[in-house]
Amino acid sequence: MSGDPTLERIAQGEGLALCAAGNWTARFAPALERIVSDAEKLRGSRPHIFIDVSQVASLDTFGAWLIERLRRSLSDAGAEAEIAGLSANYSSLVDEVRRVGPAPRVVSDPLSITGMLEQIGRTVAGIGSTIIGLVDMLGAVIAAAGNVLIHPRSFRLTSTVHHLEQVCWRAVPIVVLITFLIGCIISQQGIFHFRRFGADIFVVDMLGVLVLREIGVLLVAIMVAGRSGSAYTAELGSMKMREEIDALRTMGFDPIEVLILPRMLALVLALPILAFLGAMAALYGGGLVAWLYGGVDPEAFLLRLRDAISIDHFIVGMVKAPVMAAVIGIVACVEGLAVQGSAESLGQHTTASVVKGIFFVIVMDGVFAIFFASIGM
Amino acid sequence: MAEEDIDAIIRVRDITVQFGKTRVLDGLNLDVKRGEILGFVGPSGAGKSVLTRTIIGLVPKVSGRIEVFGVDLDAASSAQRRAVERRWGILFQQGALFSSLTVRQNIQFPAREYLRVSQRLLDEIMVAKLVMVGLKPEVADRYPSELSGGMIKRVALARALALDPELVFLDEPTSGLDPIGAGDFDELVRTLQRTLGLTVFMVTHDLDSLYTACDRIAVLGNGKIIAAGSIADMKASQHPWLQQYFNGKRARAVVA
Repeated sequence: MSGDPTLERIAQGEGLALCAAGNWTARFAPALERIVSDAEKLRGSRPHIFIDVSQVASLDTFGAWLIERLRRSLSDAGAEAEIAGLSANYSSLVDEVRRVGPAPRVVSDPLSITGMLEQIGRTVAGIGSTIIGLVDMLGAVIAAAGNVLIHPRSFRLTSTVHHLEQVCWRAVPIVVLITFLIGCIISQQGIFHFRRFGADIFVVDMLGVLVLREIGVLLVAIMVAGRSGSAYTAELGSMKMREEIDALRTMGFDPIEVLILPRMLALVLALPILAFLGAMAALYGGGLVAWLYGGVDPEAFLLRLRDAISIDHFIVGMVKAPVMAAVIGIVACVEGLAVQGSAESLGQHTTASVVKGIFFVIVMDGVFAIFFASIGM
Repeated sequence: MAEEDIDAIIRVRDITVQFGKTRVLDGLNLDVKRGEILGFVGPSGAGKSVLTRTIIGLVPKVSGRIEVFGVDLDAASSAQRRAVERRWGILFQQGALFSSLTVRQNIQFPAREYLRVSQRLLDEIMVAKLVMVGLKPEVADRYPSELSGGMIKRVALARALALDPELVFLDEPTSGLDPIGAGDFDELVRTLQRTLGLTVFMVTHDLDSLYTACDRIAVLGNGKIIAAGSIADMKASQHPWLQQYFNGKRARAVVA
C-alpha cells in the first residue's frame, strides 16, 4: 500500500475511466483536493465517464465527498458520470454524502460608507441606552435598598461581609503600595523642580492638597474599578451565562437584592476606607522622600502640612469616594447582566465595565471639582 | 494478561488514579476492540468520566499503562501524541462547543488547523457532517447559545467527527435528550459506526442506548471493571449492582 491517493485516466473508446487508488482520507485531503480539481477540468470532454473506486484502500467522508463532487461537476457539464466499484462498506458512506447540498453562504456585510455611518449612528444611540441602563440600575438598587430598610431581615449580611473582604481587606496591600509609590514620585518631582526657585518647602503644600483632594481618591477609584469592577462583571456575567440568575428569579428572589445590593454596599463602604488608607500612604511616602531626598525633616514637614491643608481638603476627598464607588458598582453590574451566551461576550463586557467605570469616575471627579469650587470649599 | 487482544484499539493496563487520598481507579484493565461500540456503565461517581479523561490524557494517573492505536501514550513523543489525537474525536458531556464561534467555525476548527485545504472544501465537508448528524445546513451560522440542548450534542458530535477519526469517545451522549431524540442519537451512532467504521467508547446511563447501540458493555465498580460482555452476560451476572441495574424496574420497562 503506497498510501498516496491517485486518480489515473484511462481512455475507453468514447468514454473515459478515472481509476482512484490509494488512501482517500482526511490525512491526504490537500492532495485529494488538487487531484479532483484537475479532474474537474475534464468536464465536457467525453460523453461517458466512469469513476472507478475499486482500488481505493480506504475512504472517509473527505474522500467520499470529493468523489461525489467530481461526479456532480462532470454530470453538470453534460457527461454521463457514474461511480463504479463501490464495496458494500463504502456505498453507504457515498449515499450519505449524496444527500449533501450546497453550503450556505456566510453573510458578511460589505464595507460601505452607509454601513460605516450606520455604525456611528448605532454607537451614538448606544451611549444613550447606556445612560438609561445605568439610571435604571441605580433606581433598582435604591428600590432594593428601600425594601431592605423596611424588611431588615432580608438584608444579606454574610454576603456583604464576604464582598467587603474581597474588595476592601484584600485590596489593602496593593492600594497602599501603589499610593505610597505615587506619593514618593510626586514629592521627588516637586522637590526637583521647586528647588530651582528655592521653594523646596512648598512641595508639602502640593503633596497635601493633591493627595487629599484628588490623587488619593481618584487613583484608588481607578484601581478599584480595575480590580473589583471587573470581578463583579465577570461573576455576574458567568452567572447569567449559566442561567443562575434566571434560576434565582424563578425561586422568587430578586437578583438585585440578593446579588447586587451586597456588592454595591461593600464597594460603597470599601472605597472611602481604601481612599483614606491610600491618602495616608501617599503622604507617608511623600514625607519620606522629602526627608531623605529633599532634606525636609519630619517635624518641619508636619508643621508645614498643618498650615497648608485644612479639614476641607480631607472632606472633599472623602465625600467623593462613596459616590465613585456607586458609579463603579452600577456600571459593573449593568455590564455583568448584559453578558450574552459566549465567552467572547463575557470578555467584551468585562472590558467595557472597566473602561466605562474609569471614564465615569473621572467625569464625576470633574463635576465634583466644579461643585466644590462654586461653594468655595 | 495471558491473552493479549491484538485487535484492541485501546488497551488500558493496571491504571490507578487518585485524587488526594481517594483512590478512584484501582488497577483497572480494559480493552476496546476495533470497530465495536463499547457501552461503559457504573454507578454515579464510580469514575466513568475519570477513566475517559485519563485515557484522553486530561487526568494524570498514578501508575499503569495506556495504549491507543498501539501507541503507549506515556512513552510517545509529542509528534506521536498529536498523530494519535488526530485519529480520535471526543464528545464532552456538555458539548464544550466554542461559545464565541459559530457552528460552522466550530466544525471546521480541527480541519482548518490540521489540513491545508480550500475554504470551499471546508464548507462542503462541514455541510456533510451536519447532514450526517441529522441537522439542517441552515444552522451553520448560529452560535452555540442559540441552539437547543439536542442540537448542541449533535453539533458537538459533528465536531468530534470533523477529521474522520477512527475512535470516538462519547461522554453521556444521550443525557438531557428526550427519549425520541435519544433514540435517534443511538441510531445515528450506529449508522456512523457502520458507514465510517468507527470504534466508539460510550459512557452512558441510558439503558436504551445499551440495548440498541452497544455491542459490548463494561461495568465499573470499586475502581475496577467488574464485568464486561454482552447484554445477556450482564443479565446473567450474579453481581448485586448488575442484578439491580439490568433486572430492575426500569430495565424491565425497556425490555417490555
